[in-house]
Amino acid sequence: MLFAADLSIPKGTHAMKRKHFLSAVATLVLAGSLAACSSDDDGTNSSSDSSGGGGSDAANCTNTIPKPDLPAVTLWAWYPNMELVVDNFNELNDEVQVCWTNVGEGGDEYEKFQTAIAAGTGAPDVIMIEADRIPTFQVQDALVDISDYGFEEVRENYSEGAWQDVSVGDAVYGVPVDGGPMGMIYRKDIFEQYGITPPTTWAEYEQAAQTVRDAGGPLFGDLGANVPAVMMALQIQNGADPFTYDTDNPENIGIALNDEASKEVLDYWGGLVEKGLVGTQDQFTPEYISGVINGDYATYISAAWAPGYLTGAGVGEGTDAGQFAVAPLPQWDPANPVQVNWGGSAFSVTSQASDPELAAQAAFGLYADEASLTDGWTNQVIFPLNLNALEDPAFADLQVEFFGGQQANKEVYIPAANAYEGFTYSPLQQYYYDAMTEQLGALNEGSITGSEAADRLQEDVVGYAEEQGFTVE
Amino acid sequence: MTLQITETAPPRTEKKSRRKAGKTPLREQLIGWLFIGPFGLVFLAFLVAPLVYALYLSLFRKAMIGGTSFVLLENYTKAFTDPSFLDGAWFVIRFSLVLIPVQMLISLAMALILDIVTSRFARFSRLMIFLPYAIPAVIGALMWGFLYSKNFGPLGDVFGLFGATAPDFLSRDLIFYGLLNIVTWQWAGYYMIILYAALQGIDPTLYEAARIDGAGNWQITLRIKIPLITPALLLILVFALIGTLQFFNEPKILRDLAAGAIGPDFTPNMYAYQQAFGLANFNYGSAISFALGAVVFVCVYIFLFATRKRGSFLS
Repeated sequence: MLFAADLSIPKGTHAMKRKHFLSAVATLVLAGSLAACSSDDDGTNSSSDSSGGGGSDAANCTNTIPKPDLPAVTLWAWYPNMELVVDNFNELNDEVQVCWTNVGEGGDEYEKFQTAIAAGTGAPDVIMIEADRIPTFQVQDALVDISDYGFEEVRENYSEGAWQDVSVGDAVYGVPVDGGPMGMIYRKDIFEQYGITPPTTWAEYEQAAQTVRDAGGPLFGDLGANVPAVMMALQIQNGADPFTYDTDNPENIGIALNDEASKEVLDYWGGLVEKGLVGTQDQFTPEYISGVINGDYATYISAAWAPGYLTGAGVGEGTDAGQFAVAPLPQWDPANPVQVNWGGSAFSVTSQASDPELAAQAAFGLYADEASLTDGWTNQVIFPLNLNALEDPAFADLQVEFFGGQQANKEVYIPAANAYEGFTYSPLQQYYYDAMTEQLGALNEGSITGSEAADRLQEDVVGYAEEQGFTVE
Repeated sequence: MTLQITETAPPRTEKKSRRKAGKTPLREQLIGWLFIGPFGLVFLAFLVAPLVYALYLSLFRKAMIGGTSFVLLENYTKAFTDPSFLDGAWFVIRFSLVLIPVQMLISLAMALILDIVTSRFARFSRLMIFLPYAIPAVIGALMWGFLYSKNFGPLGDVFGLFGATAPDFLSRDLIFYGLLNIVTWQWAGYYMIILYAALQGIDPTLYEAARIDGAGNWQITLRIKIPLITPALLLILVFALIGTLQFFNEPKILRDLAAGAIGPDFTPNMYAYQQAFGLANFNYGSAISFALGAVVFVCVYIFLFATRKRGSFLS
């Protein structure tokens, strides 16, 4: 259209005008065909469309909607068994249907959501997000408080700690689905070979690591720079309280990343790295997984969803089958054990939802029926937070194949989940994780000590918070 | 591309038509407009408009608390005092300073050799050398990520033969060289083709004349071939300079394998991406993009200024 305006400059004869008219028509035809191309694209890529904007369009579903006459709610989620979960929901529900797309896992999805928030359009009605990101999106008014949309009816299905992780102040911004109570996964063959028993404290952990190393054994664990959430959890286990944040005072934020407890944990891991007791490999990489398969690491400090993830990545196959076991997370003070969490997601209703009440109904109902939950925990895709599954004796008694038949839920994960008191996450989570990754990278390289890493992290994150308009307490 | 830089010179006929341009009848002018119309439209809609919009965005500041406010150039003063941006910019400048000479030497050497050798093997080699450019940058970076791997890459085995430990090109110390290798591998073949085409465009009678005057192969190469393809060399230099300053794909891909070595602010473009899409700060992200644009402009200008006498293709 801009070009058509350019064409109007020459004025004059009749022939001229006709030319002008023709070229304007040509331009319009061209513009029209361009538009047609783009709409064609939208139409053909209906399944697993990853272009981001597809979320708000009910025609772009990966699943088939069995009851097309009902209103549909769009959903972004990446649970591995999501197709089954969505089908179960649609089958059971007679008021609303879910139209699901997988636009990427974790960070990929958040980036698309972030773009949709900035654009003011394109976000789905319901979105799967990890609990630690809820405040980040809440502070941008991107999520809906669902406490008025039937929250009371499902409240007793989840523990208080589970609700706290998805709440900011008194407002509830998500329906918990799965959690990540942490434990220490270890290789029985390596432990037997070097005559060690699972350490119960972090001091014992270091001792055991030294024993294995002195005997020429493999690394004992790994400090991955790209898993800052683990370091945060381990610091909280030692009594750190990284963030204080409440929506009643949304302009104030407390940041304590370099207190004694945080420094102690960073110094401890920095020491393990320096002594060559643990590796410095980024996790969730082919490199790390092949190391785990090789038996390069005696332990893996991880969460309840790890067995499913590791199995999917090909760990514990062949001669390694049943070589893994899990023990409770080592403690700093065995007299006062603290249990912590890594990961876990929820379904949130976005503020772009056309009908928040309907969307909330989907958020409450998805992954909450028995068939979906059972599929989730038998395949170890999730550690369920829904008490109907969590208190199911079959769940507790499950003999986990990956752990050679160990009743891992009963022995380790359920007690850890029950003792977990919830974290306070902040709207700065993304920046904080990035900054932590940078410092862990430097710590792994050996250029700074753990305490220095903590001080730098504090300075960095406080600077960012102030720049973002927060008053840092 | 190859046609532009061959030495056959069409500009004379061009000059004639240019002189006439002032008196072209409107009718012809209109036809001209019609021909560039489709391009103009796309150019305005997909290049100029987004640029203007990004410039507009970069004049505002958005904070989580306090919302959006007009700040004029504050984002730019911030960018040019922001260590993340400055370190990133310094990194890509350093990277260019090392990469470009290496890349040019390799592609020039290959082009010169292929220009002399004319067997079937030479044609095959030409294709093979060019092949990396045909591999998408993402795939190339992933592939090298695996080749660098300690556990299943070949480096460990090769160095193991001599009882040495393989260098970890994904570590903080060596990532510079790891990336250097990937980019050289990817682009040297492409630049080689440009130079090769330029060499093919040289009039062979020049060589004959030189031979009669007693010049050897080395002298022909140094005194005839290289001076005559200088415009092509300058062209690839500018390509490489602009491309490297906007470094993004390879480090972004390798970050998934080496987050400890490659921060989100590793290069200015990655930092802009992180600000816009990771931290929802589209305003500052736009400002960084424009600030990078300024850096690229300055670098290219310095370069063109330094080579203004020899270069002819851009003047």
